Amino acid sequence: MAVTLSVHVEDKPGSLDRVASLIRRRAFNIISLAVGRSEQPDVSRMTIVVDTDADGARRIEANLYKLLNVLQVQNITTSPSIVRDMALVKVAATEQTRSSVVQLAEVFRARIVDVAPDSLVIEITGTEDKVDGLVEVLRPYGVLELVRTGRIAIARGARPAARAEGPRQLPGQAPVETPGISCSV
Amino acid sequence: MTDSGQRRTGAQILWECVVREGVRDVFGYPGGAILPAYDAMLEFPIRHVRVRHEQGATHMADGYARASGRVGVAVATSGPGATNMVTGIATAMMDSSPIVCITGQVGSRLIGTDAFQETDITGVTLPITKHNYLVTRPEDVAPAVREAFHVARSGRPGPVLVDITKDAQQGSCAFDYDAAAPARARRPVPRPCADEIAAALALINAAERPVILAGNGVIQSGTSSALRALAERAQVPVAATLLGLGGFPASHPLSLGMMGMHGEAWVNTAIQESDLLIALGMRFDDRVTGNIRTYATGARKIHVEIDPAEVNKNVKVDLALVGDLRDVLDDLLPGIAPPPPGRRAWLARIRDLKGDSAVLDIQNLPDNGHLYAAHVIHDLWRATGGRALVVTDVGQHQMWEAQYYHHDSPRSLITSGGLGTMGFALPAAIGAKLARPDAEVWAIAGDGGFQMTMAELATIAQEQLDIKIGIINNGYLGMVRQWQEFFYERRYAATPLLSPDFVALAGAYGVPGVTVSRRSEVSRAVEAARAHRGAMLVDFRVEQEDTVYPMVPAGAALHDMIRRPSPIAETGADPD
Repeated sequence: MAVTLSVHVEDKPGSLDRVASLIRRRAFNIISLAVGRSEQPDVSRMTIVVDTDADGARRIEANLYKLLNVLQVQNITTSPSIVRDMALVKVAATEQTRSSVVQLAEVFRARIVDVAPDSLVIEITGTEDKVDGLVEVLRPYGVLELVRTGRIAIARGARPAARAEGPRQLPGQAPVETPGISCSV
Repeated sequence: MTDSGQRRTGAQILWECVVREGVRDVFGYPGGAILPAYDAMLEFPIRHVRVRHEQGATHMADGYARASGRVGVAVATSGPGATNMVTGIATAMMDSSPIVCITGQVGSRLIGTDAFQETDITGVTLPITKHNYLVTRPEDVAPAVREAFHVARSGRPGPVLVDITKDAQQGSCAFDYDAAAPARARRPVPRPCADEIAAALALINAAERPVILAGNGVIQSGTSSALRALAERAQVPVAATLLGLGGFPASHPLSLGMMGMHGEAWVNTAIQESDLLIALGMRFDDRVTGNIRTYATGARKIHVEIDPAEVNKNVKVDLALVGDLRDVLDDLLPGIAPPPPGRRAWLARIRDLKGDSAVLDIQNLPDNGHLYAAHVIHDLWRATGGRALVVTDVGQHQMWEAQYYHHDSPRSLITSGGLGTMGFALPAAIGAKLARPDAEVWAIAGDGGFQMTMAELATIAQEQLDIKIGIINNGYLGMVRQWQEFFYERRYAATPLLSPDFVALAGAYGVPGVTVSRRSEVSRAVEAARAHRGAMLVDFRVEQEDTVYPMVPAGAALHDMIRRPSPIAETGADPD
């Protein structure tokens, strides 16, 4: 399954390298990784999508917390979240097909951001499914180039995003199979 | 020593920080990019041990750390100097050993230009360090070095590398030691809550067939006494990982010995028959568990571990107590109840298992005139009263050492467990000797591993160190040959080994030596080495195609051991 992790890291050289290298060497497959500035100065935010299960996600989280540059890790796979992917699609468009392509883009609420004699560039933002859908219907016209940001995500609600104060909880706890006991570190 | 608050070069700041960490011994090898640091070193109260290869420097720092619990320091220049450290850094990483490696780097303006002796050593060591730093300004030296020491020794210890450009060493800045105190790395160590401790106690107090699994964490956290109190109060037998040996006295009635691939048969059987495993500071390595699917299937499992990333990594546990072992044992001990009646039967069962195993023990077989490595280790243990600090290399001799040298105290066995680094023994023994000058240090190596780092004999001679060297010489890469015997139809590809005359070699360095090929000579040779003031080498010519028993084949269940087939020989009088 695809697990989505929101990771706050110090905005320093090597932070991305450390995070990506760690996930790779622990033998997890990264589906997508998007990184950019956050609302805090000197803090970058990564949205990492990894092909693993809940146990694997806990292990990644615990390992990430061992990196000094990592400030906060949130597994938002099952949290109410806004999830977006953005793509720029360069599609072949002749005089005969251009209007059809433009209509398709409108159906998907995408925008035409460049027009050339034999092509269009379409910008689309939405869930990955929606982006996939547009790309599929454009294929018969000839997708010349495609670039996607990968998933970015933010939890719903007013709870502020992570602050650079270290982990609030530690992962890795198995359920305690003792009646009446429920506790996490 | 310089005072804070004045202008200092990056090189001076480096050594000031190192000295203030309490470091007096440094292992290294000079070169162009680290020259400013070497020049400044002369102003500081540091004993620098110049090694013969930078791998040796890292193993020495590692041995120093393991022998003392203090951070070991290794220094090298850029490029090949730094890359030669990689094996030693990886060794320290796998065994959670606190070392700080300082490397020179080409000038900051040359970085990225493939300059002479430039290697991206922070990139190279990214996966094998707890953290690493590339320092390009003198202002950043103190914060990086101070944080490096803190990171190396805190939480689960490990290696840290600080790569400092030549211009950062040469440049000057105002130096304020206090302002450079590490802040970022101070993450709180978790401590299990009362409910979790209560849950653990409920499991421990009710278990009929519990086993404690003591790992390196017992030694790292200095909790041998607390472990002993727990075992005695609860009447629970204690098995050890390779790196956990010595954490619980081998001579104690509740001591089982080593578990795992070459663990004793009764230990593995006890683990498989247990109803509760109490894992303390160990990580369920594949060499410990055998096939995971068949591992202690009837046992509940409690895992006490400082590193949450280790929990449920290899073995799914019923209860994880994430925290410092010292804290957790302190919390557990008051709640330990008298053992339930079933516990007595369990201990009797283990005694029976031990009795069955004794029949096949090589120590109980008649002397047939051959010299077996197990006998060498046994006689060494006797001759040293079990009180030596033994540093092993990797291979058959390492396993025999673990089986037949009975360690009663922590930090009395230093060995490369996780990475299994051949060549570890000799340099690590040098580090151990410098950390504990009063200890009787024995480096035990096979003929293969010894030849990987034997250039450090020169370092022993140069530093006039009193280290005893025992080579378990069987003319093969013994452990690989053993695998070929069992799993490759005795096709000994590349394992027969030509070696130099080790005694003559040692003599070339001014280190006396003696060759032993009969069991009757072992004790005499050991005593002669002990009596000699200074280093001495003993070349034990042991049986060539001997095998470490028991053995759990890779991927097999822990109880599915290859056992010693039969008594080695009829009686045979020793030719002496």
